[in-house]
Amino acid sequence: MTMKPLNTFHFASPATFYPLAGRLQPLFALLALALAAAGLYVGFFVAPTDAQQGEGYRIIFVHVPTSWMAMFLYCVMAFWAAVGLVFNTRLASMMASAIAPTGAMFALLSLLTGSLWGKPMWGTWWVWDARLTSTLILLFLYLGFLALQAAVDDPRRADKAGAILALVGVVNVPIIYFSVKWWNTLHQGASVSITKSSSMAQTMLLAMLLMALAFWMYSIAVALARVRNIILEREAHTEWVQHAMA
Amino acid sequence: MNPSAKAPWPCESLAAAGTRRSELTRIKRFRAPRQNDAVCHARRTPPSMFTATDLACSRGERRLFDRLNFTLGSGEWLHVKGENGCGKTTLLRTLIGLAPPDNGAIRWRGADIREHAEDYRRAFVYLGHQPGLKEDLTPLENLRLSLALDGFACNAATLLAALRRMGLQGREDLPVRHLSAGQKRRVLLARLLLRPAQLWLLDEPLNALDASAVALLGMLITDHLSAGGMAVLTSHQPLPLAPGREVVL
Amino acid sequence: MSLPGRPPGEQIPLVDAARSAKGAPWIVNAALVSLRRDLLLAARRRSEVLTALFFFVVVVSLFPLAIGPEPALLRRIGPGALWVAALLATLLGLPRLFAADHADGTLEQMALSPQPFALQMAGKVAAHWLLCGLPLVLLAPLLGLQFGLDGDAQGVLMLSLLIGTPLLSLIGAIGAALTLGVRGGGVLLSLLVLPLYIPALVFGAGSVEAEAAGLGVRGHLSVLGAMLALAVFFAPWATTAAVRVALE
Repeated sequence: MTMKPLNTFHFASPATFYPLAGRLQPLFALLALALAAAGLYVGFFVAPTDAQQGEGYRIIFVHVPTSWMAMFLYCVMAFWAAVGLVFNTRLASMMASAIAPTGAMFALLSLLTGSLWGKPMWGTWWVWDARLTSTLILLFLYLGFLALQAAVDDPRRADKAGAILALVGVVNVPIIYFSVKWWNTLHQGASVSITKSSSMAQTMLLAMLLMALAFWMYSIAVALARVRNIILEREAHTEWVQHAMA
Repeated sequence: MNPSAKAPWPCESLAAAGTRRSELTRIKRFRAPRQNDAVCHARRTPPSMFTATDLACSRGERRLFDRLNFTLGSGEWLHVKGENGCGKTTLLRTLIGLAPPDNGAIRWRGADIREHAEDYRRAFVYLGHQPGLKEDLTPLENLRLSLALDGFACNAATLLAALRRMGLQGREDLPVRHLSAGQKRRVLLARLLLRPAQLWLLDEPLNALDASAVALLGMLITDHLSAGGMAVLTSHQPLPLAPGREVVL
Repeated sequence: MSLPGRPPGEQIPLVDAARSAKGAPWIVNAALVSLRRDLLLAARRRSEVLTALFFFVVVVSLFPLAIGPEPALLRRIGPGALWVAALLATLLGLPRLFAADHADGTLEQMALSPQPFALQMAGKVAAHWLLCGLPLVLLAPLLGLQFGLDGDAQGVLMLSLLIGTPLLSLIGAIGAALTLGVRGGGVLLSLLVLPLYIPALVFGAGSVEAEAAGLGVRGHLSVLGAMLALAVFFAPWATTAAVRVALE
């Protein structure tokens, strides 16, 4: 790795990033726990009962942040993949690969919690509303990325192919969201929106934000842990890994 | 113009590229001929047109070659030698710009091939392991198409004459599917003849060629070199050419 | 240069580094050559082209068989079913876009050509559309009769497919390039490309439904056209990048 005068690329080497990630990861994990505790406390004990939906609406404090995170993580993943493609660095692509499973998990969680919310509220396990449908498509995009990376043998080729796919996907995500919204409004029959809420009490918003932050910290912690594993796998032939594993 | 017998001391390009190595190491490298350095003669070479500096490449985790340097001038050719799987094809693919190297630079007429890709691509022709021919088309159509894709126009008489010279008289209108492996390679040799290029990069060009075709190829390359062209060849078999520079991987 | 075995005076005339033989401007020459090449190759293998068409016909017939022959219901699902079948038929033809050229080494030679690779890829995608997409557009009204679509709906259907199928070819080419030479390529290609096809499907099928409902179709078709314009400019670059990655 060439050392630029400003040393901005100092941590772009897997060897230097590995210990840094190891030190940061517990920090983010603790933050995640703390924020989650705060968010759940506010969500379950402080936020008032909803007039229409009773207590069951509280799953929104998990459902909405997970769908935010799924979308956000896709953009982050695409960003790191683009950096890896443009600067031809390995670590950025490893980061993108590390984020992908977490993003997919959040998308799936969003769908599951949406389902769980839908059943008592609307009587069906699945509602074709705009948010759920676009999250479903986002899950497909994640799965496509993961499948492509798994199918290509050569790691560098997998990195670059995945990066191209992620970039094409990130350009398409707003288009897909817009199309699904249009489609939803066109077909009035299924336009009942799970996330249409009358007015958000301040506390509800606070709880959602806290949970979103908690998920964000969690994602960073998990991504750091995962990227450490990926580094060890991919750099197994280098001296410093063999030294560290010895 | 063609290189004479190898002289037992390293040449200027090695000195220019390997300044960090001591004199002793350079002599040591010569004594162990299976190193990555270009062994060339000491005679002052003409201004280099095709140079590779500090090339390094890996496939997966395996480092195939490291700190590879060579220089080719007009009329010179490079013989890439090595065992199976040691990276000869990878080196060639790196030289043509398909596979990015881990390190190092390749220059054509002083310009980096990545920055002036179009000029470089106009100047070379590459024959790899794969046939590079469409089985459903005739040799005539294949030649015309491959020239057209490279941006060259050609009239039918020229194409026919080239095919005839390569010994494919009477088979110009047969789909390539019906030709033998040797005849398919002869179609590719016809392409070599027709496509104007200063640099020829040929990966195992003697594959599937019979003795007369081998002699033909030898004459083609010799003519090309004496007209000022350059060539980089890999081959297990002995090539019917005057010895050129060598790189051993 | 003089040829071996011939007296030195006899020469084979070198080819001219000319502009295209037909005088087309340089910039699109690469695309036109590539297009003509693919059409020539398809002409030699007509059965491959026809199987995709037969697939379209068969899949369209599956919907009434699965859902029942009630005319009102069929009229409702007709546009959607035809669009889905068109999508799947295009998907079927996508692996063939690059696989054959990759296998015999001609794709590599195209990548090494001094002509812009993106234009050559654009030519290939154009050929794919002419061979896979355009026949679907022409065949759709016939199959629309099976669903009892009226004249106006048929017209909008053809128009939406006319704008939509090039879009499908362009996006599909990216997927085909990414999965070039990869294990399980065909199925992986579907997984990659189908989510990206959804906007086209929504607006394409939606336009016909809007026509049937008496709403204006211009909005849908305009958005479809906008997506096509976006794809025409950006998809060849993505495809080129993906093919170069596959050739490494």
